[in-house]
Amino acid sequence: MATLTLRQLTKRYPGGATGVDGVSLEVQDGELLILVGPSGCGKSTLLRMIAGLEDISSGELLIDGERANEQTPRERGLAMVFQSYALYPHLTAFENIAFPLRIAGRPEAEIRRRVEETARLLDLGELLARRPSQLSGGQRQRVAMGRAIVREARAFLFDEPLSNLDAKLRGQMRTEIARLQRRLGVTTVYVTHDQTEALTLGDRVAVLRRGTVQQVATPRELYEHPANIFVAGFIGSPPMNFLPARPEGGELVLPFARVALAPEVAPRLGAGALVVAGLRPEHFEDAALVPAEARGRGLIFRARVDATEWLGSEQFAYLRLDVPPAEAVQLRSLAREQDTEVLRPQLVVSLDPASRLRAGAEAELWLDPRRMQLFDPESGENLSASSARAGTSSA
Amino acid sequence: MSTRARGRGPGWVAGAAAIVLWALLPVAWIVSLSLRPGPELRSGRFLPSTFTLEHYRTVFATPLFTHALRNSVGIALVATALSVTLATLAAYAIARLEFRGKRLVLATALAIAMFPVVSLVGPLFDLWRKVGLYDTWPGLILPDLSFTLPLSLWVLASFLHEIPWELEQAALMDGATPWQAFRKVIVPLAAPGVFTAAILTFFFAWNDFVFGISLTSTDRARTVPAALAFFTGASQFEQPAGPISAAAVVVTVPVVVLVLLFQRRIVAGLTAGAVKG
Repeated sequence: MATLTLRQLTKRYPGGATGVDGVSLEVQDGELLILVGPSGCGKSTLLRMIAGLEDISSGELLIDGERANEQTPRERGLAMVFQSYALYPHLTAFENIAFPLRIAGRPEAEIRRRVEETARLLDLGELLARRPSQLSGGQRQRVAMGRAIVREARAFLFDEPLSNLDAKLRGQMRTEIARLQRRLGVTTVYVTHDQTEALTLGDRVAVLRRGTVQQVATPRELYEHPANIFVAGFIGSPPMNFLPARPEGGELVLPFARVALAPEVAPRLGAGALVVAGLRPEHFEDAALVPAEARGRGLIFRARVDATEWLGSEQFAYLRLDVPPAEAVQLRSLAREQDTEVLRPQLVVSLDPASRLRAGAEAELWLDPRRMQLFDPESGENLSASSARAGTSSA
Repeated sequence: MSTRARGRGPGWVAGAAAIVLWALLPVAWIVSLSLRPGPELRSGRFLPSTFTLEHYRTVFATPLFTHALRNSVGIALVATALSVTLATLAAYAIARLEFRGKRLVLATALAIAMFPVVSLVGPLFDLWRKVGLYDTWPGLILPDLSFTLPLSLWVLASFLHEIPWELEQAALMDGATPWQAFRKVIVPLAAPGVFTAAILTFFFAWNDFVFGISLTSTDRARTVPAALAFFTGASQFEQPAGPISAAAVVVTVPVVVLVLLFQRRIVAGLTAGAVKG
């Protein structure tokens, strides 16, 4: 068990490109920290720097307070599960799991006992005699986990371990990994590009973009109080809606409605300057289904429904949105800068599956504006009052 | 599957039979010659009236042959071991590392392999006499090595290239030293490639005639293919065709056995990359 401390870790490539740029993180003993971000954000590189498979250009990595920059992977004593599993094709499942113990020169009886214990933990019993080529994807994944677990490493490093599995198996293994990690209580750093995995698995989640950390927080904190427009757009599915908005005399003018501005937010907005309003799909509802006592808390507006998606347990509707051209251009440049699809010509709203709204019809919708987030269109920073807490973790 | 089934028609069988016959007839003739008594050697009949092992007894009683056989086995084995070891290490570096002059090394290796053997024999003869390598094992192992090393290098480099690098990194994460990762993960996975390289090297050294006859003068280092040219039989008045045939069969056997034994390995090695682990 170990604490990992990352101080201004940076990876510069010979060509001059920077893969990881000054990342500082602290992973507590027994904690499961998720590194999440779009492809190319440097999350895998960062993990491999911790592992010792990639040199650290500058900054410092401490394992249990001890500088590890110059240590070989062997000296660091961390275990890793690769995206491809990287099982040794010439060895049986048993020998794959036994490999770290054989390398460590453990006695045969101990190897047998520990491999069998690990196999029981992962439900691998009758598969131990098989070679990787005779195992299914999920079984290979479990053998790879076994190889990491068996050596009682100081910490686990997972590099997108579920991305090669089909959706159903992925869900199963996700809970399996969470269960194992809690049971073993081993410090874990888990890399994924899948925000669902990040939200469901992690004690804390670090969102990376272009080699820098955008926000480190609990999943709930990330979702409810994203630090900036990138995090807001990346976390959540379907993603947050972003709308151009202008403050005007204590109110905020949205394309389809006017909303009262919270008194503590108003001073932070320049008069008449564009801001970006972020609204999650579930902040909306079919007005007809909102109980009378709740109607007054929100505001009601009308819009045309382009399409609906009924999924049984939930329902989404796509609404057409008219944005003034000048604001559209401004938002599009922000979108490019922030790697976020800020402006879609649509508003995605989540409706109660009981809703009878149908495509092509004019609908009456209800919006809860209290949960709206406001973002600075220049920097992308969250301007809402609640965002004051967003940068800090409540873990 | 369907193309294979279609290919196995009567035409295929006839064609294959013709090729096998064409290739094996001389071998069968040599075997037949080696098994018949001396007077029948010029009978011209394919099957002798009686079979005898006298020629085999003769060759194994001839020091010229037994020494040559010992030299052949020794030189071929040493050359193979050296070539495969060096080539594996070099190929690993070429497959794994980015360094300046990598392409140059590969291109030069290929150029050396293309060099006509005969053009080297003259200079080597002079050189070996000067440095004292003439008529010694190293004097034959070195040129064998320089011709087989490039081939082994190419076979192994392309083979190692197909092994996912992550396997090696996994071994490092499992606590292995780089050398352990190489020995316990990379080498076993490269085994088919190593076998291919070893067999190709062995054949080259085993079959070499030009170096064997030019760079030796006595029993000390003369190999079997060269020694056959000096064969005179039990007495100088006897037709040496029988003993020569017997000796030829003796040197052919290891090659055939090796190929049959490692046939699947060779195929696996030559089609490296077609199937990933």
